[in-house]
Amino acid sequence: MSTYAKKKGFGATLWDFLTTVDHKKIAILYLITGGLFFVVGGLEAMFIRIQLAVPNNDFVSAGLYNEIITMHGTTMIFLAAMPLVFALMNAVMPLQIGARDVAFPFLNSLGFWLFFFGGTFLNLSWFMGGAPDAGWTSYASLALQSEGHGIDFYVLGLQISGLGTLIGGINFLVTIINMRTPGMTYMRMPLFTWSTFVVSALILFAFPPLTVGLTLMMFDRMFGANFFVTAAGGNTIIWEHLFWIFGHPEVYILILPAFGVFSELFATFSRKRLFGYSSMVFATVLIGFLGFMVWAHHMFTVGLGPIANAIFAVATMAIAVPTGIKIFNWIFTMWGGKVRFTTPMLYAVAFIPSFTMGGVTGIMNAAAPADYQYHDSYFVVAHFHYVIVGGVVLGLLAGITFYWPKMFGTMLNETLGKITFWFFLIGFHLTFFIQHFLGLLGMPRRVFTYQKDLGWETSNMISTVGAFLMAVGVLVMVYNIIITSIKNEKVGNDPWGDGRTLEWAISSPPPFYNFKQLPLVRGLDPYWIEKMEGKTEMTPAEPLGDIHMPNGSFLPVTISFGLFVAAFGALFHMDDKAWSIPVIIIGLLITFGSMLIRSVKDDHGFHIHKEDLMDNTDKGGKS
Amino acid sequence: MHAEEKFTDATWPASPEKATLEGKNKYLGFWLFLGGETVLFASLFATYLALKDKVPDDNMALAKDLFELPLTFIATMLLLTSSLTSVYAMYHMKNRDFKKMQSWLLVTVLLGAAFLGLEVYEFNHYVHEFGHTFTSSAFGSSFYTLVGFHGGHVAFGLMWIISLMVRNAKRGLNLYNAPKFYLASLYWHFIDVVWVFIFTVVYLMGMVG
Amino acid sequence: MANEQSNSANPNFNLKYRRKQSAEEMKHQVVTFVLMIFFTLIAFAAVAIEGISPWFIRPTLLLLAAVQVIFQLYYFMHMKHKGHGAITLFIFSGLLVGLITVLAFVTIVWL
Repeated sequence: MSTYAKKKGFGATLWDFLTTVDHKKIAILYLITGGLFFVVGGLEAMFIRIQLAVPNNDFVSAGLYNEIITMHGTTMIFLAAMPLVFALMNAVMPLQIGARDVAFPFLNSLGFWLFFFGGTFLNLSWFMGGAPDAGWTSYASLALQSEGHGIDFYVLGLQISGLGTLIGGINFLVTIINMRTPGMTYMRMPLFTWSTFVVSALILFAFPPLTVGLTLMMFDRMFGANFFVTAAGGNTIIWEHLFWIFGHPEVYILILPAFGVFSELFATFSRKRLFGYSSMVFATVLIGFLGFMVWAHHMFTVGLGPIANAIFAVATMAIAVPTGIKIFNWIFTMWGGKVRFTTPMLYAVAFIPSFTMGGVTGIMNAAAPADYQYHDSYFVVAHFHYVIVGGVVLGLLAGITFYWPKMFGTMLNETLGKITFWFFLIGFHLTFFIQHFLGLLGMPRRVFTYQKDLGWETSNMISTVGAFLMAVGVLVMVYNIIITSIKNEKVGNDPWGDGRTLEWAISSPPPFYNFKQLPLVRGLDPYWIEKMEGKTEMTPAEPLGDIHMPNGSFLPVTISFGLFVAAFGALFHMDDKAWSIPVIIIGLLITFGSMLIRSVKDDHGFHIHKEDLMDNTDKGGKS
Repeated sequence: MHAEEKFTDATWPASPEKATLEGKNKYLGFWLFLGGETVLFASLFATYLALKDKVPDDNMALAKDLFELPLTFIATMLLLTSSLTSVYAMYHMKNRDFKKMQSWLLVTVLLGAAFLGLEVYEFNHYVHEFGHTFTSSAFGSSFYTLVGFHGGHVAFGLMWIISLMVRNAKRGLNLYNAPKFYLASLYWHFIDVVWVFIFTVVYLMGMVG
Repeated sequence: MANEQSNSANPNFNLKYRRKQSAEEMKHQVVTFVLMIFFTLIAFAAVAIEGISPWFIRPTLLLLAAVQVIFQLYYFMHMKHKGHGAITLFIFSGLLVGLITVLAFVTIVWL
């Protein structure tokens, strides 16, 4: 295995990616799949904006519009943002803590393939009788009435991909707890690793309620249960609670990794230690903790009563405190630093005001009485796009640009990167800033068109123009990726020149075993410490020895594919198709059969021998 | 310590389930999974409590009409005892006594299977005597989902332990399969923990009214 | 690798000591089991005997269940042993999130 064939055919490469358990390759798989879904979700967004550009538009029908907004939200949250976050975590976190791989490489691959088949299943709905159309929240009272199979695709697809996410979360937690290199204490972990840790904990506790909610919905729709059927004693509020007990932590699952990326960026490009490191860690943990106490602020208008509303309003406002700590720490990190405005740093600087605006409207929404006014209006749409796009997407774009050389060994073009940045930033504010006022003027969210002379025409047109600017930005980025991949100019260990953490101490991309010898960490920003002492590489913490690596496996694909098949059986069960039960059984047999093979067949992995490691010094994997 | 290493009684580690890095990772990962399962079952309990006795028709059976003490008591005793027998199995694993471990696991499996049999009888009884089905009311849906999820966990645990026993019957203990046995026993205890809440919250409190 | 127990110069002596220790621990486990059975009996008896106020029985049942779960976690599942810090943190976080969920569903699931 140590002899790495340089030129591989397409088939061999494909097979390599289908069976890989290497966290760096899985990161690339997440990036590609997440990127494709991001484009799909973006197209849906463009259709929404085209439809709303002028009053009484008939670009799409009302029913199709419902499907588009549902799929836009669902795709962007579950199939674009989540996997892109996972791509960064997989690519960077093990390197940052000095590990050779994640704790469970097999499960890492399984997590990806579950997400892949779940996401594919969900999007197949477009070609099989219509997409889900009850909004991304899929409130039960509406979802149970929805005809066709859209909601069933939603329920089963999210169930499968949710399983993958849960597995990924547990994997990252164990990796961070058990696999840190000597000297890498908790309080020396880079902020991105810290946010991965907190996010994984949130995933662990937030996804089970979603699993339960989706299961209940599946039972109601496909197997005749009555959880949400009021006539049989059911209660639709149960879905809303379960969904938001999951849903609120979910938005922190998305934003915290972005915070982590920005923390790395501000320190790197200000050539300064992160200001208030321990308060940053504390704030991250506190945001994660409070994230579970606030879900009912999505349900203020349900009528939970003034006491419940008051408690959840206060808890929500409390989250502004740790978030504020973070904002100030980022500003103080730049203060007095030698700031370099690279593309990722531009995103980071733009993120602060953009995200803060989303935070401030969040506090406005948290005031329960005022929320009765904002609820279900474009004000809310503007608010969550300011935090999701102004926070998460800017973070992802920054993170992808920043870590691109570490993942692929070549830099993205800086000029094109800056063009993308300006188009995207201006387009973003143009699209969503005006929507605050549309909301205050009374435009409800989720309507497919509106009348003339309500005073909404100009604002909507401006918003649509902004969306096109964002699309141009994304297109430039795609062009950038293609052109730099073709040129493929190889870069060294630390292409940005100011890397502070362990990942910049090894080659780009790293060898598949990451570290030839595990590095010794002597403080926060370990690579920076070594640099300041005039060294070019880390001090090893162990003598050169054999490295134990896991074997690749095709089973994750078959396990996930089995569930994909079974989901079709369950989906058509409500049509009384005779073949539905056999299909469920066949699918589950594939899944459980593969699991049985996995558990019965011993897999001890393999060793890279010391001698082979000494031979190829050019691999750059030294410590 | 390598997974393939050969051992004598004296060199066999005190905690074989955590002696290798793989074992340590599995051990921690499984506990975290149980943390997630806690929330999963809590959500099901919450749903059950919200829908308890919610029926569309006044003549339908409620919790206090359905449940009977003797049946629940026997089921509880079976599962509690199986928890102890799996502790015995792990005790013998740490002493590197494979035969005794296998026999205690077998007892555990038998007790678990008896519990499952009893549950099937119970569900059958409710359906045929009371017309209390999965689709008859929200109460029925939530009851069968909660208790059935637990029963599904029992069934999965049984299959897991049996396949471990069969797979390793000939080759005995090593550091590669010790963590697997240990995790299966942890899972079994967790099933018992959930049952403690089920017999308390669903059955006993259901009968109290 | 990270096996804390040291192999002293005489492995057989070491073995004897370890055997004795685990036998001791097994004794604790049996005592735990007897207590759990005892608590279960109390719980069932409280429901079986007529005439006790439900307002008394309900908290008693919950308390007995909580004690049993602590026994399971700390004795049968060895959470009392060293090196379970992270595990304790995550199990109790899970219990907390679960408790909040249950609390919400018995109070604010409908007006």
